[in-house]
Amino acid sequence: MKIIVCIKQVPNTTEIKIDPVTNTLKRDGVPSIINPDDKTAVEAAIQLKEKHGATVTVITMGPPQAEKALREALAMGADEAFLITDRVFAGSDTLATSTIIAAAIKKLGADVVFCGRQAIDGDTAQVGPQIAEHLGVPQITYAAAIDYDAAREVLTVKRQFEDRYQTLEVSGQCLITILSTLDKPRYMNVWDIVDQDEKEVGLITYKDIEENLNLADIGLKGSPTKVKSTATKQFDKTIETVELDPETAAKTIVDALKARHLI
Amino acid sequence: MAKNIWVFCEQRDGQLQSVALELIGVARELAEKTGEKVCAALLGHKITDKAAELVAYGADEVHVVDDACLEKFVTEQYAQAVTALAKKYEPSVILFGATSIGRDLAPRLSARLKTGLTADCTKLEMDEEGNLFMTRPAFGGNLFATIICPDHRPQMSTVRPGVMKKLERDDARQGEVVVESIEFDTAKFAVKVVDEVRSIQCAVNIEEAKLLVACGRGLKDVKPAYTVAEKLGGSVASSRALVDAGIMDHCSQVGQTGKTVRPEAYLAFGISGAIQHLAGMEESEYIVAVNTDKNAPIFKVANLGIVSDAAAVMKNIEKLL
Repeated sequence: MKIIVCIKQVPNTTEIKIDPVTNTLKRDGVPSIINPDDKTAVEAAIQLKEKHGATVTVITMGPPQAEKALREALAMGADEAFLITDRVFAGSDTLATSTIIAAAIKKLGADVVFCGRQAIDGDTAQVGPQIAEHLGVPQITYAAAIDYDAAREVLTVKRQFEDRYQTLEVSGQCLITILSTLDKPRYMNVWDIVDQDEKEVGLITYKDIEENLNLADIGLKGSPTKVKSTATKQFDKTIETVELDPETAAKTIVDALKARHLI
Repeated sequence: MAKNIWVFCEQRDGQLQSVALELIGVARELAEKTGEKVCAALLGHKITDKAAELVAYGADEVHVVDDACLEKFVTEQYAQAVTALAKKYEPSVILFGATSIGRDLAPRLSARLKTGLTADCTKLEMDEEGNLFMTRPAFGGNLFATIICPDHRPQMSTVRPGVMKKLERDDARQGEVVVESIEFDTAKFAVKVVDEVRSIQCAVNIEEAKLLVACGRGLKDVKPAYTVAEKLGGSVASSRALVDAGIMDHCSQVGQTGKTVRPEAYLAFGISGAIQHLAGMEESEYIVAVNTDKNAPIFKVANLGIVSDAAAVMKNIEKLL
């Protein structure tokens, strides 16, 4: 089985702060990480490899510094890694991004594609299903557990909804998007850290995949959606904060709710 | 030419989801701008009788695809049905709920229809020319971006449940119900549903609660919250921290990666209020926050903020009721 895992390097948004003076995001010094759902996708792929034998290829699209995320995935145990990077890819929205990544996957060839469910910087969850459509393969999103039946060559996926789970089966090529709750990603292995130093991170540029790619469909020009404007969040509530002992606090809350006919 | 505002009306087990009605509500507002119609796409099996409800909530036309293959949600089956409708009627806009169904189906369709898609919108506006302005949070709610899709139709968006308001039900409203027949390409149905299990903890939908007792890391024990919630006539919600810790189920989670709620009262106990959490609850009518840290960001959105030990306050409230 050949598994390709798509990952994204993201700023650790839990550490993003707003500059109170300029009202802009302070990204300086915010560390970059492998997107959490994607890291679990790498873990899931390596587990399949360990149980059933597979090759795990990790790919990412991004600027040259995204190589660091690929090296981390190699140190977890991925077999090979490719950085999809080119100036003509810049400014791509989710549809254009998925078009590029799908072209790269076509070139590399894969039986199964894993993605994280969504990235913490954009939270769109769109690129995975869009890649699946470009590849013409079925998708299963929100995977909370994955199992492979080698005898039947069937993947069984526990698919999470807000109020239920589905157990789904798929055979043949497919794309699965994975929840970080599926499993905890392993730490980088000491030997794999040493090994990954010797591994090459392959480069995929526009020229490498141009037979599967139309310039009109990628980059800023090939993106149907455009950002019109951005704004930061404003809070405008009337605020009343008091320090109280638990007993008085309880009475204050119950009185306030009663006064507003909420209870 | 592309025209009309379409809504993908999600149903589960034959029950229309609240978000479907909310989307019809916002679609009505958008349609007023351009004088277009609000069209509902209702997909499922044995669901045709639900069409009248969609009319009562504001749909001008309901297009029903009733087929056994649509009984349970599977991406390809649903994608084929919506694609067929989109090709036949050429909508200007298609709205989906940003649920685990809408967020699976809509991106698949955007690639199939070769158009743009904006995820998780919290605000939609339209100009007289029919251009949709789609506003969504990004970077965990730190930033808001307004997105347009100027040269492609349909303009597609998923919209957060609980954010838009449904109209008052009016059974006197008139609308047209069109039963559609679709030729499915069953050869492409590669994913098989083996089993479907409703999760018990999700029996309560926190999006519909009038009062929520929300638990955070500051509570060692969440049991008293259930007692208090029951006595107050509300439900229990949770911050992400307790979901990640395995104490609360994901379906009770409020915030960017959970649900958006706007109950009449939101009581936050031991929740610090990361911006991702605030994004899911700040529209609540009345917010009470209890936390030991007086600098906790939750106090920025609270109407009543109390610096005190959350567990002890909870215990005292229980005594008072």
